[in-house]
Amino acid sequence: MRMSYNIEGGDFSAAGRASSEVKRTLKQFNISPLVLRRIAVALYEAEMNVVAHARNGAMQVDIQPHYISVVIEDEGPGIEDIARAMEEGFSTATDEVRQMGFGAGMGLPNIKKNSDRMMLTSTPGVGTRLELTVNF
Amino acid sequence: MQTTLKQLVEELNFECLSGKACLERPAHAAYASDLLSDVMGKAQAGMLWVTSQVHKNIVAVASLKELSAIIVVNERRIDPEVLAHAEGEEVVIIASGLPAFETTGMLYKYLEKVKSEE
Repeated sequence: MRMSYNIEGGDFSAAGRASSEVKRTLKQFNISPLVLRRIAVALYEAEMNVVAHARNGAMQVDIQPHYISVVIEDEGPGIEDIARAMEEGFSTATDEVRQMGFGAGMGLPNIKKNSDRMMLTSTPGVGTRLELTVNF
Repeated sequence: MQTTLKQLVEELNFECLSGKACLERPAHAAYASDLLSDVMGKAQAGMLWVTSQVHKNIVAVASLKELSAIIVVNERRIDPEVLAHAEGEEVVIIASGLPAFETTGMLYKYLEKVKSEE
């Protein structure tokens, strides 16, 4: 089963919609609540990264019998130093975004913790591509 | 003995702003933070979440993490749109009307008391 969502950069009021819809869809399947919550956390963080940093992006979801594979791609500033971005506490979020409680530098570490496989690639000035898999 | 959100709201004189139909949910532990990713990473399902954030994204966090309720501190005004969204997602929002320190202190005391009566 495949699903696709657009994510608009800067639109905090709609943020979380894609992850919520994926979670709702997955609830129909026989997936443990724990795995479901791991997926929800990983997708929400990935979605918020696009909202907080990029101009626009898309989330492509592929649900297979034993795993979910998700690609989140965006057009935006990209990530200069991926190793640094993966460090807990490192963030380039603006003050405005931080005031909302985002930009704690825990998004990418949370994604890594909650997925079974994660691949992050980026071209500074062009955009970022994140691919993650969670096994059921 | 286990306590419910309803008992907690009555006992501590808090006010329920959304999700009144869900007040039979159990309340047993809480996590306090204003950082959304911190809550996403560290709070456990079924916990109460104490925060001073009142924007729409708190609803998604509570819903995705399956938190028992959001307890908003101080006398922060919550936008009706946020409350309507919470209602639709079955997210309970409770206002404590007190600063974070007092709110968490009262909650801690109450939840410990309930636990000791088990």
